[in-house]
Amino acid sequence: MSDAERDTPATPPAADPAPAETPQNELTPPASAAGTAARSALLLGTFTLIFTALMALTFEATREPIRASVEARRLELIAQVLPQGDYDNALLTDTVQLPTLPALGIAGPVTLHRARRGADPVALVFEAQAPDGYSGTIRLLIALRADGTLGGVRVVAHKETPGLGDYIDPAKDRATPKWIAQFAGRDTAQAGSWAVRKDGGDFAYMSGATISPRAVVRATGRAVAAIAPAREALFGLPTGASAGEVFK
Amino acid sequence: MNLEERTAYGDIGRKGLWENNTALVQLLGLCPLLAVSNTLVNAVSLSLATVLVMALASGAVAALRTLIPYEIRIPVFILIIAALVTCLDLAFNAWLHELYLVLGIFIPLIVTNCIVLARVEAFAAKNSPLAAAWDGAAMGVGLLWVLALLGSARELIGAGTLFSGIDMIIPGAQAFRLLGDDYPGLLIAILPPGAFILLGLLIAARNAWVARATATRPTAPHAPADAASA
Repeated sequence: MSDAERDTPATPPAADPAPAETPQNELTPPASAAGTAARSALLLGTFTLIFTALMALTFEATREPIRASVEARRLELIAQVLPQGDYDNALLTDTVQLPTLPALGIAGPVTLHRARRGADPVALVFEAQAPDGYSGTIRLLIALRADGTLGGVRVVAHKETPGLGDYIDPAKDRATPKWIAQFAGRDTAQAGSWAVRKDGGDFAYMSGATISPRAVVRATGRAVAAIAPAREALFGLPTGASAGEVFK
Repeated sequence: MNLEERTAYGDIGRKGLWENNTALVQLLGLCPLLAVSNTLVNAVSLSLATVLVMALASGAVAALRTLIPYEIRIPVFILIIAALVTCLDLAFNAWLHELYLVLGIFIPLIVTNCIVLARVEAFAAKNSPLAAAWDGAAMGVGLLWVLALLGSARELIGAGTLFSGIDMIIPGAQAFRLLGDDYPGLLIAILPPGAFILLGLLIAARNAWVARATATRPTAPHAPADAASA
């Protein structure tokens, strides 16, 4: 027995949608086409209103939890490159807007967060992108300490091959210590020339998957080399200001 | 509930879970599910979301079926399904944020999953809300157990673990590393081809089982799994 043959115990009313095999107009007297169309339009409009209202209510109900989730997730990510005990300001709101910088690899302005302890600058936290991953762009989160050393780097999003290049993401990296940990604490004076060992640098990589780490090392180096010289000026800007002048 | 109705509900359940199984017999709406079946947690999460959408959408359509004009039923069905999926997407974003980031585009894509519309059109539009919700849930659970099996197999063969990513749902919970720390992994199981190969093996196993069951009981009433009707 196919599903189409089964019916409800209740007698369907006249307006019940007819089974696919029997078009409705064979059973009911032909209504005027305009009347049918108007009725359909009215019903479709009513349904749209009702279900839009349902979606609007859900949107309102979830707005605050979503904002909290996004914020918590962001702080959690930042905590991986900068321990939460190291600063005591509202990191998510103490920001400046970076202009589009080729060194960051991101089209459009980038929000830079400033971590402070009391009045002392602690670190700058910002995103950068490596355009040359094995399969697409790799998004990075970088913490640059006020003393010029690197706090840490995390891969925020990537599409590298599972099991091969994805060890750049510490959640997938099975080595100890994690590959990405070698960024932490590095002096950034020579960041512009950072490279993996295969290219003459001093960053380790796993043989057989060089492209992903190379992309991460180079992108981090480029971004840090661009931001590090400006760090004092960046800490001095008022909250929410544009940092366009700093990079003129 | 009289005996006849009980038999009917049992019939709906058996069809959904086995005879007319979405993943193994109807092969409907598999693209997003194959894409996220690389771990058990991902597979079960997206399947559960699909079960919920199917049960709610079928129930809602069945409840409103007398009000929906035949000519515009498909737009109304899609409207109902899309509204429910949007609400679910927002709920995932709000309360299961980590999982939301992993499943990403595949939650909204449940709207386009043809199995949802197929059950709404083939069953819910002609049956009572309770029977329709049960049908949607049974079809969804039929998908869920196959996906759970597929996700487990891909994760275990590919990475040697089970329940990786469970901390996205239960914070602090740990994945099982079943094949030891030095298991090298088998990449193809995690990549998309692995999903197709393993699904093929599951379908073959089911067909072999059905063939044997039919062969050993030649006098039993023949109940063909009518894939063509779906």
